[in-house]
Amino acid sequence: MHANDTDLHAQGASTFIDDMPEPAGLLHACPVVSGIAHGLIESIDLNDALACPGVVAILLARDIPGCNNIGNVEAGEVLLAEQEVVYQGQPVAVVVAESDAVARRAAGLVRICYKELPAVFDARAAHAQGLHIAPPRIFSLGDVDQAWKDCDVIVEGSAVSGAQEHVYLETQVAVAYPLENEGLKVFSATQSPGMVQRVIARVLDCAMNRVEVDVLRLGGAFGGKEEQATGWAAMAALAAGRLQKPVKIRMNQGEDMRWTGKRHPYDSDFKIGLDKTGRILAYEVCFYQNAGAVADLSLAILERTLFHAGNSYFIPNVRATAISCRTHLPPNTAFRGFGGPQAMFALEAAIFKAAAAMHVDPAHIQRRNLLQEGQPFPYGMPAENCRAQRCWQQLHDRFDLPRRQQAIDNFNAGHSLEKKALALMPICFGISFTATFLNQASALVHVYADGSVSVSCGAVEMGQGVKEKIRHVAARTLGIDKARIKVESTNTARIANMSPTAASVGSDLNGQATLLACQRILQGLKTVAARLAGGEPEQISIEQEQVCLDGRPTATGWNKLVSEAYLSRTPLSAHAHYATPKVFFDRSTERGRPFAYHVYGCAAVEVAVDCLRGTYRVTDVSIVHDGGRSLAPDIDRGQVEGGVVQGLGWMTLEEVRHDGQGRLLTDSLTAYKIPDLYFAPDIAVEFLDGDNPAAVMHSKAVGEPPLMYGIGGYFALVKAIRAFNPDWQPGFSAPMTPEKVLLALYECGC
Amino acid sequence: MSRFLLNQRLVEEQLPAGTVMLDVIRRRRGLTGTKDVCREGDCGACQVLLGKRQAGGLRYQAVNACLLPLGAVDGGHVVTVEGLNGERLNPIQQALVDNGAIQCGFCTPGLVMALTGFFLNSPASDEHAAVDAAAGNLCRCTGYAGIRRAINQLCRRFDLSGSPLARRIEDLVHWQILPPYFLTADETLAALPLHQAAPSPDAVRVAGGTDLFVQKLAWLQAQPLDFLPASGDGIRREGRDGIVDATTTIEQLRTSPLFRQWFPSAAQDFELICSAPVRARATVGGNLVNASPIADLAVFFLALDARLVIASATRLRTVALKDFFQGYKKTDLQPGERVREIRFDTAAAQHFSYEKVSKRTHLDIAGVNSALSIEQADGRIVKARLAAGGIGPVPAYLAATGACLQGKTIEPATVLEAVEIAQGEITPISDIRGSAEYKRLLLRQLIFAHFLKLFPDTIRWEQLHAR
Ligand SMILES: Cc1cc2nc3c(=O)[nH]c(=O)nc-3n(C[C@H](O)[C@H](O)[C@H](O)COP(=O)(O)OP(=O)(O)OC[C@H]3O[C@@H](n4cnc5c(N)ncnc54)[C@H](O)[C@@H]3O)c2cc1C
Ligand code: FES
Ligand code: FES
Repeated sequence: MHANDTDLHAQGASTFIDDMPEPAGLLHACPVVSGIAHGLIESIDLNDALACPGVVAILLARDIPGCNNIGNVEAGEVLLAEQEVVYQGQPVAVVVAESDAVARRAAGLVRICYKELPAVFDARAAHAQGLHIAPPRIFSLGDVDQAWKDCDVIVEGSAVSGAQEHVYLETQVAVAYPLENEGLKVFSATQSPGMVQRVIARVLDCAMNRVEVDVLRLGGAFGGKEEQATGWAAMAALAAGRLQKPVKIRMNQGEDMRWTGKRHPYDSDFKIGLDKTGRILAYEVCFYQNAGAVADLSLAILERTLFHAGNSYFIPNVRATAISCRTHLPPNTAFRGFGGPQAMFALEAAIFKAAAAMHVDPAHIQRRNLLQEGQPFPYGMPAENCRAQRCWQQLHDRFDLPRRQQAIDNFNAGHSLEKKALALMPICFGISFTATFLNQASALVHVYADGSVSVSCGAVEMGQGVKEKIRHVAARTLGIDKARIKVESTNTARIANMSPTAASVGSDLNGQATLLACQRILQGLKTVAARLAGGEPEQISIEQEQVCLDGRPTATGWNKLVSEAYLSRTPLSAHAHYATPKVFFDRSTERGRPFAYHVYGCAAVEVAVDCLRGTYRVTDVSIVHDGGRSLAPDIDRGQVEGGVVQGLGWMTLEEVRHDGQGRLLTDSLTAYKIPDLYFAPDIAVEFLDGDNPAAVMHSKAVGEPPLMYGIGGYFALVKAIRAFNPDWQPGFSAPMTPEKVLLALYECGC
Repeated sequence: MSRFLLNQRLVEEQLPAGTVMLDVIRRRRGLTGTKDVCREGDCGACQVLLGKRQAGGLRYQAVNACLLPLGAVDGGHVVTVEGLNGERLNPIQQALVDNGAIQCGFCTPGLVMALTGFFLNSPASDEHAAVDAAAGNLCRCTGYAGIRRAINQLCRRFDLSGSPLARRIEDLVHWQILPPYFLTADETLAALPLHQAAPSPDAVRVAGGTDLFVQKLAWLQAQPLDFLPASGDGIRREGRDGIVDATTTIEQLRTSPLFRQWFPSAAQDFELICSAPVRARATVGGNLVNASPIADLAVFFLALDARLVIASATRLRTVALKDFFQGYKKTDLQPGERVREIRFDTAAAQHFSYEKVSKRTHLDIAGVNSALSIEQADGRIVKARLAAGGIGPVPAYLAATGACLQGKTIEPATVLEAVEIAQGEITPISDIRGSAEYKRLLLRQLIFAHFLKLFPDTIRWEQLHAR
């Protein structure tokens, strides 16, 4: 009987990397990082550090046997800086010592002299200096320039959304063990074991089959361990390979916050035009993305920003430009939503501003422009199985929104120092990796002679419940109890070339592969069963662990069947590969069908603002979410709830601040505030179920989309502030901290 | 050497007394259910129960192991999640599993400990109190909805009001929330020989350690430490004076019936200070000696014009709190001295208001905090004392504002005048807690809030807020 992960967690019995017993002779690595944002390294003095008792070695770029590159895009994505440093916190050297404490202390004793160079931290400033990661990209639909003249209302403005720290509770960590024959086994807290393997092989100049990467589970990730777990694992591997000792590297919270990237801050200019009924005729937007110092995943994120420039609305004329700007901050990276939230925030700001100009509620414009079946997205793909209208309508009906709005109006009329407001947030999110080649997965399934089942696949468990979903797929396909099924650690020796567990498609892709592998085994089992039951394989099914002939149970149970299959030398293992069909995208025309399907939903977010103190509460979030046929409704509900609160945090409390030199000021949980139990609103989620032929067993991906419901929190706060101070013109700069709220409440007429 | 009960086993540790229990538990004892995340008391992933022997038996509290020095657990019972596990999930664990309160699981063991602490201490199955007990546990995955459902279910299932604290452990064992060995833990500890080495005179004084072990962990390893004894019931009255022992914990202060008589809203106001597991350790004296510019209790007691009684080996002296703070994190405390108690005139509690605004309402440092006490007769202010934090290098006693209020009628014009004068007494700077402009505005609003709360019949918002 295999216990659920959650049972183990509740007992503190689940193993994370830092919980693994430390082997004798384990060494500890600590990076030495750049103390300046931009400069040339003039000298590195290791003497004091090397003199520290317990220091074993200090590795520099020149000690890398292979290629000093850990990225996928550009040469500047180095493991260790060579001549130039491009952000504060960039690793320059790695100290390896007998204890963690010694390694840290010695790292502090490495003296690096720099020739400082000018640094820039703001996306627009970088753009003005021509600092880009790549040339701009433009998505367009219709003819924007022509459309303005048909508009009755045109508004322009800008929208700024800030960075967001991931705050996975398990900080970045890896342990590398040297094996015989120049091999390495690496335990890494990564969403991308395949990439960690590939990069380590590249850095060490060895074949990929020498490097085995294993991931049991992560203590949260949210995108922060998709690309950015790789460097630390590569450092541990580099040290383990050279010193032939096991080496562990583990960041403390402050280091993790200072040295790793965040959600990209965006600065956007918008112009929106509508007819007098509120129909949006034209939308033009330019996104300035603050990529940080090197490419990382910025371009893929930027692309998704473009894919979601129109969110859940049909806009006939769109021109969206996206510019990835190079600054001297740690490279910003994937974070749940992957560029989508920033796009949606800008569009909602435009809608809000247009609504104010037209003296209507933004909901009027939102509703008027919701996507309908067959209408095209700005990249040409038509909306299929479109649920935008249904989610909106069901939300209003089920949660009695008209009455709630009335109650809010009454409340506000009767209270001068407290104001409430409700904002709506429809979402539409495309499901698939936008890099088409990543839309593949494989699974390896073994049925053991005792009837227990082992599944290996490329999905990494990080709390999203993918293992449970895979167990569910396998159990349903094989017709047996879930308790028989164990999902193994994610391991590159069992699964080759796996894509990252990201883009919400972990269970879509790996579930499909698992399903195919189980079906393959099932086929052999059916032949055996047909022999036992006296029929044809086509007449056989397995239901509730029992062999059925024409749907009627026979005397043969699962254990017997498996044991017969084994004795008759029938294969009880299978490997299967799945590639999402029908997805493609042509970057030369910016047209295609990049997504297998879209997920829709709509949220109503209600807030209450204390207009004396500028403090606020998000009181209620009501959601209708397009869920397909859920593989695990409780897990999906948890994903929605968690996503919403993370999105609300991004829009309200979570403020990343740097000083003028690019040093992170908010580098602890004391200074950087994420939602806590008191902050958490009441969340009611209703799932819209229905078929989804595009994903495993008609389920739908759920990881990322709900985060964007949080955007409604920002606009609800803006509405509440305006109920108190109608003269205030919002500048659309998120997060809406209590400071901004108070200043807005008392800013008069400007 | 420290001797204590770790789950079911008596253990001895030779490590320095300043080693934090998180390292003892995880690294030395291999009990990895207790998680290592922030090491600053901000996440709760490291929570354990600390049981201390008292007259009526062992009393437990959930505390953060990352700020808990080994020297403070001597003779006590330290319980980690492993020490709660039975053959099956216990009802708290099961409720978390059943209600979708667990995703990645990194926060879960700490949460189990926090909720167990609630069950050990709360007089009633009050959901709000349970939320407060668990609010020091950050979870990045679940959005807390599942945690709230679990709390709700647990509070409905177990009725604590029928379980007097004296019998609580028995009841929890009966409910299988605690394993049976808790019934004999007190006896086991009673058998431990007590050894008390006299601390060296230059030893560092450790009260709750919640500031020291955030700021100076490495340094403390090599220092002789003097662990100040915990206060039993440290709040009392002498004539008109209210007295609080310096080693009273913030949680003891918050829940003291006597203190609540003087300050009916303190129980609620102090929920905004730290989190429950930090309040269980952090002391009033530590908060004052710390002299942080936003120290909540410093602001609170400044507005009472409190005095500190300070003891050295040879003498006792009294100093007004407002003279105690001398500069950024600098106090009047001399080497070898310790703060013994805080005294204040209870008449100052007549009309008392405390306000705090921070970015996140709970478990956050104030942007600005403020307290006001007013003694009045016939609508005239006899004495007024205003204090504020976050608006200068020290927790500030705004003497000029207080003086200006004296003798005035309680009316809107008086409030507006006070606000004017207060602005001249403060020197806020822009930092991560807010811009100077914001802090000035916020202090004005908090002064408004004091008066609106204290004199709702005479002061109305519309009169203060002329558009
Ligand atoms: C997570 C977290 C959140 C917090 N939030 C808040 C908050 O919201 N508001 C707030 O005001 N504070 C907050 N604090 C600070 C907290 O209140 C203080 O750390 C605490 O009050 C200090 O008390 P202590 O007993 O732990 O002091 P210790 O850490 O033991 O000591 C602090 C200093 O005071 C000295 N000292 C202690 N007692 C005495 C004495 N009796 N005589 C002489 N010297 C003494 C010590 O030698 C040391 O120098 C927070 C702290 C943490 C860790
Ligand atoms: S590790 Fe975060 S509170 Fe102790
Ligand atoms: S479950 Fe991941 S932090 Fe709470």
